[in-house]
Amino acid sequence: MSVLTYLGYAMVTVGVIFLFLGALGIFRMPDVYNRLQAGTKATTLGALGTILGVGLLQPEWFWKTLIIAIFIAISNPISSHALARGSYKIGIKPITKEDDMDAYAGVETENEEE
Amino acid sequence: MEWMTFLVIGLIILLIIAAVFAITQKDLILAVIGASAVSVVLSILFYILQAPDVALTEAAIGVALTTIIFVITIKKTKRYEE
Amino acid sequence: MTIFYLIMIALAIIFAAARGLLGPTASDRIVALDSLTTITTAGLVLLAFFFQRYIYVDVSLVYGVLSFVGVLTLARYMEGGL
Repeated sequence: MSVLTYLGYAMVTVGVIFLFLGALGIFRMPDVYNRLQAGTKATTLGALGTILGVGLLQPEWFWKTLIIAIFIAISNPISSHALARGSYKIGIKPITKEDDMDAYAGVETENEEE
Repeated sequence: MEWMTFLVIGLIILLIIAAVFAITQKDLILAVIGASAVSVVLSILFYILQAPDVALTEAAIGVALTTIIFVITIKKTKRYEE
Repeated sequence: MTIFYLIMIALAIIFAAARGLLGPTASDRIVALDSLTTITTAGLVLLAFFFQRYIYVDVSLVYGVLSFVGVLTLARYMEGGL
């Protein structure tokens, strides 16, 4: 049991717990945007922790797991952004408490005319 | 190993639920999402049953290619089924 | 330790699949599918570590490269592009 093994098990444990919390956030949150927040950011952290932890546990696998982690870190924000933009454009409103705040209103219509 | 039996049984139940969801929808986009979920679960199942090449093909074709072709087809025809 | 990891991954897959099954709008289901593919990518790497096979990581590599293409296509269809 070297230092890398302890570090790898710690990272896999934290990553798996964050994957579970992200999925629980998808199930419990009330709104599309809240679900997107929980289901993309927490899941990205959990996947990066799990994959790099496995790469530390098996040091000869490290470069391939690093490639997977880089692809996840690039591709997950792209799909998250496209989903949020599409959800806003088809007219799903965010749930707000008392102040009806929508900072993105009217921005998108100026670009539509070209 | 005992946990592998429970894992396979749970994945098969999830596969059947996703397949029934995919074929009972009137909104065809939801049917495409159901078919993609079927492909994901089937890929995990192939992987656990020690066939990584089949799982790799299923992942590449089922998640990316089939979804793109179905969405382009829905875009060119219509979204809701009577 | 192995059982703990597998139970956590299985619970995550069950919660994401439940949201995909009963989400009200189509966007909820696409969000659930997106996070389901990410959880699957991490879970396949973990299963490759449990099986001690190096070649099984390739399946997860294909998932990491290709899984966002289907979600991106669905999202672009939702906003009216494509």
